[in-house]
Amino acid sequence: MERTGPVTEEEQTTAEAAVDRGRPAGLGVVGWARWFWRTLTSMRTALILLFLFALASVPGSIWPQRGVSDAKVAQYFADDPALARWLDRFWLFDVFQAPWFAAIYLLLFVSLIGCVLPRTAAHLRELRRKPPAAPRNLSRLPHHASFSSGLTVGEAAARLRAKRFRVTTGPGWVAAEKGYLRESGNLLFHVALLGLLLAVGAGALYGYRGNVLVVEGEGFANTVAAYDRYMPGQQVSAESLEPFSFTVEDFQATYIAKGDKAGQALDYAARLKVEDAPGVAAREHLLKVNEPLDVNGTLSYLIDHGYAPTFRITDGKGQVAFDGPVACLVVQPATFTSECVIKVPDAQPEQLGVLVAFLPTAVPMGSEWVSIFPGAANPTAQVYGAFAGDLGLESGRPQSVYELDPTSLKKMKPLLMKADPLEVGGRLALPGGAGSIEFTGVKEWIALQVAYDPGRMPALVSAVLAVAGLVLTLTVRRRRVWVRVHEASGGAGVPGGDGHRVEVGGLTRTEGGDFGEEFDEIVSALDTEPRDEGSPAPEPANTEPSTPEPSTPEPSTPEPPTSEPSTPEPSTPGPLNPGVQDAR
Amino acid sequence: MPAEVDTGLATLSDQLILATVLLYVFAMIAYALDLAFGRPAEASARAARPRLAPVGAGVGAPGAASGVTAGTGADPDPAVAGTGRVDGPSGGPPAWTRWAGPAGVALSWLGWAANLASLLTRGLAVGRWPWGNMYEFVVAMCFAAMSAFLFMQLRYRVRFLGAFVAVAAALGLGFAVRYLHVQAGPVVPALNSYWIAIHVSAAIIASGLFILSGVSGILYLVRKDGSVRLPSRPDLERVAHRAIVIGFPIWTFAVIAGALWADKAWGRYWGWDPKEIWAFITWIAYAAYLHARATAGWKGKAAMIVQLIAFACLLFNLVGVNIFLGGLHSYAEVPG
Ligand code: HEM
Repeated sequence: MERTGPVTEEEQTTAEAAVDRGRPAGLGVVGWARWFWRTLTSMRTALILLFLFALASVPGSIWPQRGVSDAKVAQYFADDPALARWLDRFWLFDVFQAPWFAAIYLLLFVSLIGCVLPRTAAHLRELRRKPPAAPRNLSRLPHHASFSSGLTVGEAAARLRAKRFRVTTGPGWVAAEKGYLRESGNLLFHVALLGLLLAVGAGALYGYRGNVLVVEGEGFANTVAAYDRYMPGQQVSAESLEPFSFTVEDFQATYIAKGDKAGQALDYAARLKVEDAPGVAAREHLLKVNEPLDVNGTLSYLIDHGYAPTFRITDGKGQVAFDGPVACLVVQPATFTSECVIKVPDAQPEQLGVLVAFLPTAVPMGSEWVSIFPGAANPTAQVYGAFAGDLGLESGRPQSVYELDPTSLKKMKPLLMKADPLEVGGRLALPGGAGSIEFTGVKEWIALQVAYDPGRMPALVSAVLAVAGLVLTLTVRRRRVWVRVHEASGGAGVPGGDGHRVEVGGLTRTEGGDFGEEFDEIVSALDTEPRDEGSPAPEPANTEPSTPEPSTPEPSTPEPPTSEPSTPEPSTPGPLNPGVQDAR
Repeated sequence: MPAEVDTGLATLSDQLILATVLLYVFAMIAYALDLAFGRPAEASARAARPRLAPVGAGVGAPGAASGVTAGTGADPDPAVAGTGRVDGPSGGPPAWTRWAGPAGVALSWLGWAANLASLLTRGLAVGRWPWGNMYEFVVAMCFAAMSAFLFMQLRYRVRFLGAFVAVAAALGLGFAVRYLHVQAGPVVPALNSYWIAIHVSAAIIASGLFILSGVSGILYLVRKDGSVRLPSRPDLERVAHRAIVIGFPIWTFAVIAGALWADKAWGRYWGWDPKEIWAFITWIAYAAYLHARATAGWKGKAAMIVQLIAFACLLFNLVGVNIFLGGLHSYAEVPG
């Protein structure tokens, strides 16, 4: 949290002052606990924790993270298992789930709470407090001016109030203060940061995420069982899933047809027929990359797509043992060359396993066939392996649908190794009367991510509030202005003056602002004739615009007066006014 | 989105970028001559227009005429006082050097226009926002940095930075042309969204401002405190601070807009992707700089170093993450 500068240093309360007093000597457990709490909740600790938080996220960008790039993590384990195990011991593949990462943000969380609460109380007290009385010597202040006029204390106070200062008066002086929003903004920022942490936490506990692959023409109903991969937060129950369902009517991808970017995707879109709840009339939704399907805050995203050629497989007994689409893995994204695995457990007399290469736009290249374009211009399926025997599906070992279980495969009987490519409608007879494979058509699949995160909106609101608070603290300056009216002086010592001497002093500490300008404005507002005399206020003469203007203060150095020597610009003898006191 | 690319316009855009680089280099030479010879003229001009005070501020400042003076800034630059009249009997530098500064400004405006035209033609050639890959992004970033400088020098006396901003922009563009250039073309579907206008534009503007402050920071550390013909340290400090004060909220906005876009495109608003991590680190580092100045009262070298660390994070996020770390955010299409 910010220190608000000398202006409010009197009010620096509790936590920080205590920290500076140092460690309690021999205070026992309670004393130590108190010391620990004060250290933890000090501004300095909060800042250090925020830094640590940033620093701690660096490894997450260097090593691949589980859940984001599992394949790369596996690669690490394959390449150098010893190193990978050590990295894993330090949670470097799960940085954002690591206990040390959690420790940092939990401490930050506690620190923020401990910091914000007393600060808010102090700020509320301060909002009710009056600005402090004028210091004795106003000419010592970084901003200072004097002039002579008939200004009275009451009039000065009124004019400062009109400039939205908070004002108190005393005998011969006015004290005014402005810029309380700085600390308000500061508090808002920190509270919003807390809100952000809470929103993220709520999202992780009460939200869920799931992935599912759906082939054109098929459907999905939002139940735990329907997901290929389901990652619930700890507080999510299976019944709480939004009960929507949809059918994928069709999927379209368009690609650049020619030129050196040929094959780059231009657009994808899936047409869905959505039922928001069972029994509700279905609606159409066009699912695109940046346009997820939103059902009451549960969002379904199009994250991937691929081909699902359809096959009809007749077994050795002449029965149709398989008829439908097979979702294929994309092995070459540029051309969508894909690999498919067909498992036919129903085939008689023996189960069948078939490996197929799918080429969306196949052309012969030497003795091989390759795909040259991701669109399905000349779809071709080439069986490069067919096996008969036990697929091992009952073995109890989990199997990937994208490969034949290697241990079972060893025991299976190879039927053929490389067949001629099939076009749609083509048919391949398996040797030995094991049956036949017919390539019946091409469908596509889409991969969806379904996500429910109740923390989204709160997180956004918190982030926006945090920025608003930050902008306030960075732009608003706490400033104080004092006016002293020397009624007794009666104009003496001010040549040309017709009233009494009026001194104005101003103070701010924040860097980089233009308080000098504002101070000048305040002074000139004070230096106009009192309204009640009826004379029009003399405009601060805009004499010659081109004249070098020596009296504009250096705006961005509202430094303490001692730190900068007063050297008037040598080259410009400006129209120095008599009676003027240089502030520095 | 049109798949067709107007190759004529695309080629024109590539040529305009070369013109931009040349103009920036010329501008840099002119500014350098101005720095080398133009100081006396500069010194008197300086007195007329206080540094970093708004250019017409003196005019309207009401206090003086009515017999009020507020504190006048002391001249923080010993170099100016020192170079008052050190010239030999021949009397001052050659007359043409008076024109070096204005020529630098004029040349940078020309370069700026060419830079802008290059962006526009590229955008028109492909029918989309012209910052969909790293080449386009860097070109736009250099444009933003030059714009930040040129518009700042309209209001404030920062011309002394011209040579260094021009050099940075020329180097950036040169790097982009040499190592990052890709043929104009459509972007992947994920980038085909109005969010690119919001998120990337904000990132570009903020980066441009941060380049300005980064250049000031490097110069600050390179120059010693003595009387050299380089801009004075307080001047540099002020430019850097001002650029960051403006750039920081824009950066914050860019990151939040990125999160909003990620919520639409990737199914989560924050996922600790490398680009997200480094955007966050950059944010913390600039916040640290502002905080250190505003509350801890850090000034001078220490604050500048924090600022340069933040700048290094920014550059790493651009170059390092796009080229070495990858991640979801790898639309950069780095050739190679
Ligand atoms: C939380 C989410 C995000 C963050 C923190 C983020 C951050 C950034 C940052 C810091 C830049 C500056 C340029 C650079 O360093 O490369 C940038 C540029 C860019 N962002 Fe994001 N971004 C986010 C999400 C997204 C999303 C969802 C998309 C599009 C689907 C996107 C597309 C781009 C593009 C195209 C550029 C410019 C080209 C480039 O450098 O790659 N960003 N982003």
